[in-house]
Amino acid sequence: MAFDIRKIRDDFPILHQDVNGKPLVYLDNAATTQKPLQVIDAEAAVYKTINSNIHRGVHHLSNVCTEAFEEVRKKTADYINAESSDEVIFTRGTTESVNLLSSSFGETFLKEGDEIILTEMEHHSNIVPWQLLAQRRGVTVKVVPVTDAGELDMQGFSELLNEKTSLVAVTHISNVLGTINPVEEIIALSHTAGVPVMIDGAQAIHHVLVDVQKLDCDFYAFSGHKMYAPTGVGVLYGKRKWLQQMNPYQGGGEMIDKVSFSGTTFNDLPYKFEAGTPNYAGVIGLGAAIDYLRNIGLEDVWAYEHELFEYALKQMSAVPGIRFVGQARHHTSVISFLLGDAHPFDVGTLLDKLGFALRTGHHCAQPLMDRFRISGTVRASFAFYNTREEVDNLVEALKRVAMMLG
Amino acid sequence: MTIKEKQQEVIEEFSAFDDWMDKYSLLIELGNELDSFDEANRQQQNLIEGCQSKVWLHAEMNDGKIEIQGDSDAIIVKGIVALLLRVLSGHTPDEILDSDLFFIDEIGLKEHLSPTRSNGLVAMVRQIKAYALAFKARQNK
Ligand SMILES: Cc1ncc(COP(=O)(O)O)c(C=O)c1O
Repeated sequence: MAFDIRKIRDDFPILHQDVNGKPLVYLDNAATTQKPLQVIDAEAAVYKTINSNIHRGVHHLSNVCTEAFEEVRKKTADYINAESSDEVIFTRGTTESVNLLSSSFGETFLKEGDEIILTEMEHHSNIVPWQLLAQRRGVTVKVVPVTDAGELDMQGFSELLNEKTSLVAVTHISNVLGTINPVEEIIALSHTAGVPVMIDGAQAIHHVLVDVQKLDCDFYAFSGHKMYAPTGVGVLYGKRKWLQQMNPYQGGGEMIDKVSFSGTTFNDLPYKFEAGTPNYAGVIGLGAAIDYLRNIGLEDVWAYEHELFEYALKQMSAVPGIRFVGQARHHTSVISFLLGDAHPFDVGTLLDKLGFALRTGHHCAQPLMDRFRISGTVRASFAFYNTREEVDNLVEALKRVAMMLG
Repeated sequence: MTIKEKQQEVIEEFSAFDDWMDKYSLLIELGNELDSFDEANRQQQNLIEGCQSKVWLHAEMNDGKIEIQGDSDAIIVKGIVALLLRVLSGHTPDEILDSDLFFIDEIGLKEHLSPTRSNGLVAMVRQIKAYALAFKARQNK
């Protein structure tokens, strides 16, 4: 074993508790991940020692706090290998990153008749902002179909790409199926057609190494809370050439150069897109999460999670009546399933009473549910702090639940 | 039996179990035993669509009493529907409107009451009371 699971679990205080009289087994990591003490302490330390509004003060605390905040911008740029830290915009999360992009990119570059390509496996937060834009600007949303295995139909994608396409926005990894999409290929094909690409990295950033320069994506969005960082902080990476041309998103303090009623000029990148006081404590927590992930090593995380996934898939296959949704060749440690004809809500409710936290329902991906003609799934999503023992216990619980609902 | 007495009966049945799984087994059993729902009534206006599950409630007035039919696509929710119908169906509009439903709390199903769960009891109770109010208005005409 590349790392010491006991030691890792000790870093996550929340895992050590009973729920409904049973030891908690947390398998809802695709919804949000738990936070290690290193992250919790880093955020608390801001309030205990350096709290002060950033970028504004001449005083000591403000300077220290600003420095800590900007340090994380560099660290984040480095983590995703951005060319410059100016290309890292802090947001509230993936949702806000997509809204920023749809608004600013949309208002700046899109015109009536243009097309945006999404996929059938997008999270609602990478669908609805584009639909709103479509309504405002008279652009059309095109959708890449998903195959029975839960993979993107790349033939279908190529067919959609045309001279009217002005943006491709696709998820790196499906939050429901765990499918890892061929984003390199999508980006290369799009660029050949002269079309920029946004990747929704909410489910990827803590599982796979993301190198935005190697990917050559134009935009990359992700959330802190899914990568062991505090909630309320996220990132939009964008290539400078786009960001520079794009209109601001929200107006307010920080994002301006000079304000007057005869005309206001805007600040430089990245501040142009960061109106108002940011969640600097959360950002500093994000920095601690990046340190934490780097410290254990994403390659080791990947290897551990994959082994756990393979084990879980094998063990869970023995549960009577279980049906897996999605069988992608490339995937993360997410298992979506159904138990016979049982409603996911029933399965999830009973599992909860046995101490297991799993997600049930449509997972904010209703078009994908429609694609598979189901109303929802039960989803187990594993993180590196989960164990084989937890998998064994889950399988026992599932057998019991299957019997009760059978 | 009054609505109050019926609730006390339900509470007694559930008090036999202290394990959650046993309580839910009973709910599942009640769900399975619920009278089948008349397909003709499976209509949009009888549907309460929750975030995760669907509930159908249909009410009719017979001899001054409201008879309610219900169904759900989730068996645990259907069990809860069965309990509600057992307590409220067959009563007059006034009895239903005046009822105070305390059994839900007592048997520990309070989490299903949370207002954000639109598949929850709150929406169902609201719907049944709305039926009662409508029938009462019609009666008084
Ligand atoms: C693929 C994907 N995109 C976007 C989001 C939205 O992220 P957030 O709610 O953090 O903004 C999620 C979260 O579930 C997700 O899984």
